[in-house]
Order: sequence, then C-alpha cells, then structure tokens
Amino acid sequence: MSKFGKKKKGMPAVNTAALPDIVFMLLFFFMVTTTMRETDLKLENPRLPSATEVKKLEHKSLVSTIYVGKSKDVARHGSRYNRIQLNDKIATAEDVPAFIINERSKVSEAEVPFMTTSIKADKESNVGTIIDIRLKLRDVNALKISYSASKGSGN
Amino acid sequence: MARRENPEINAGSMADIAFLLLIFFLVTTTMNVDSGVSKKLSEKPPEDYVPPIIKEKNIFEVNINRNNDLLVEDQRMDIKDLKAAAISFIDNGGGDGTIVDGVPSGPCTYCLGEKSISSSDHPNKAIISVQSDRGTEYGTYLKVQNELISAYSELRNRLSKERYGIPFPQLEESYKDNRNNLELKKKVEDIKKSYPEIISDAEPTSN
Repeated sequence: MSKFGKKKKGMPAVNTAALPDIVFMLLFFFMVTTTMRETDLKLENPRLPSATEVKKLEHKSLVSTIYVGKSKDVARHGSRYNRIQLNDKIATAEDVPAFIINERSKVSEAEVPFMTTSIKADKESNVGTIIDIRLKLRDVNALKISYSASKGSGN
Repeated sequence: MARRENPEINAGSMADIAFLLLIFFLVTTTMNVDSGVSKKLSEKPPEDYVPPIIKEKNIFEVNINRNNDLLVEDQRMDIKDLKAAAISFIDNGGGDGTIVDGVPSGPCTYCLGEKSISSSDHPNKAIISVQSDRGTEYGTYLKVQNELISAYSELRNRLSKERYGIPFPQLEESYKDNRNNLELKKKVEDIKKSYPEIISDAEPTSN
C-alpha cells in the first residue's frame, strides 16, 4: 500500500508553453487573410441574385466594381433600388465613363484589355438602370462585364 | 543582504488574449470570392452601320415584360421551361451553317435536334435575342440569362463528352492550367466554335 501512497507524482502536466505560439500563428494567418471592406457602402448591401453559371473573378486588381441598389439615405435618394455607387459616392450612369477611365489609369496599359467591370446589383433593381450603365461602358470600350451573383440553384 | 530573485511575469493568460484576438479575426474574416455571370458586350457599332438581315427562323425571341413574365417566340413560358426550349432551338440544325473562315460549314452534323425547317439552321446561325422592359426586375433578367447560358453549356458539354470523352468545364480547366498546350487549345476552340454563344440584348422597351 505504502508503495503507491508514496508516489505523489501522478500524471505529469502537459507542457502548454507552445500553445500561445500556435494560437499566434493562427492569429497572424487570419489577420493577413482578412480583408476589411475598402469602400464604404452608401447603399444597402445588395442582395445578389443567384445563378448556376457563375465564374470566379480572377485578378482582383483588374476588377472595378459598380454597385446598384437602394440608398441608405432614403430621405435624399428615395427608396427605389436604382441608385448607382461608384467609389464612395452615389452617382449617375453619366459618371460611369469617368470612373472607368480613372480605374484604367491605375493599371499598366498592357493589362487594360483584361479589365473586368463587376456589376453588383440588387435583385430588385430595374433592368433599365443596368442597361444605362452598360451603354456607358460600351462607349468607353469596357466590354468585359460580370453580373455579380452568388452560386446557387438560380431561385 | 539576500537579493530577492526577479519574479517572472506570469504569461499564463497570454494564450487567452491571443485566443480572443483569434476569435475576433475568425468571425470578421469573410473569404468570399467574387463570382458572377460573365458577359462580353458587343462593340459600339459605327454610325452608318446597317444591321444584316437575319431570317426570322434563326432568331429565338425572349421578351420579359415589366411584370417579369416571359414571352418566348410569342408564347408565354415559365422560366423553368426556357432552357429546354433554347436547347431545342439551338440544336435544331435544320439547314446549312454560315461561312466560317471562308469555308461554308454545311449542315450541322453533331446536332441532335429535330431538324425542323421552321427553327434554326445551324448553331452558328442561331441567335437568341433577349428583350426586356426598363422596369423588369434585375433578378429575373439575370435568371433568364443564366438559363440561356446554361443551355449553351449543356450543349457544349455534350459535344465535348462525345468528341473528347471529358466534360467541357474540365477541358477548359485543364487548358487554363496549361495555356501552351496547343492540342487542348484546339479542342476548346473547336467546341466553342461548334456552339458559339450568341445572346444579344435588344434595345429595351419603355413606357
């Protein structure tokens, strides 16, 4: 009996000294991969339609995004889903060419033909607004567009 | 004098702090990849451009009105039936194709359609024209586009399986991974040329 009683050691404690290191490693991983939203949305977050035939947008630096949806400031812009946001401002379709030209100046000339315009529009926006934007895009020869949609069953 | 040993800083709670930060970033991270339905706009036509005359039977007309109802070839249709209708139109192959690179492409040999003379002649002549109202909801418009594109992908997929034994998305993927492979390039282009995606957007109606 005394043989067991003497041994007070029991299980040795697991060394947790390396735990903070592991946690920090994970922490840094998430810190680096996190992207905070770079533009301030003046619109309510568009409820994207879903589609089955979606393609991933590659080369983020070559993508310029146009938002279409309902303004947060209903008193000033009305409650329709047809407001356009370029960069940080609510704009009209007339401002689209200037926006595209500005976006083009940010990349090298060789990459300009590969630039894509992503239209993030709310489900309830009207086609008229989208077509206005499209006509303006055609005027400045920005022909590659992508209608932003989430992958889903298409309902 | 007995010097007191420097007491060690207790680092036990460091892990807790790190965990807290970790959880914060875990929650705020959104790894969303932007995805969307890609389309290529047609170039702006010159001022004096005269549109070519196209036979009525080679145009598949899709109208969407402001109440988001669909009118396909002058008949009401539900969105779920659109894909099948588009496939049977594109894949009809009732006549000769257009002249591609100076060579007339002749009748469509790979089409499995019913070869009716009142529908499209050849996939490379078949044009799908989508006309919508300015007041149409964008969600509906995109759904229609999606159905039409998926009709094309299904046909391309079928042909790709028949000719090369692998599905078309897979073929495209392997070409993307290896852009210098001329053989793959030829295959991809062959499929794309066999079923060119011709979806045009007509001027919208408005009132």
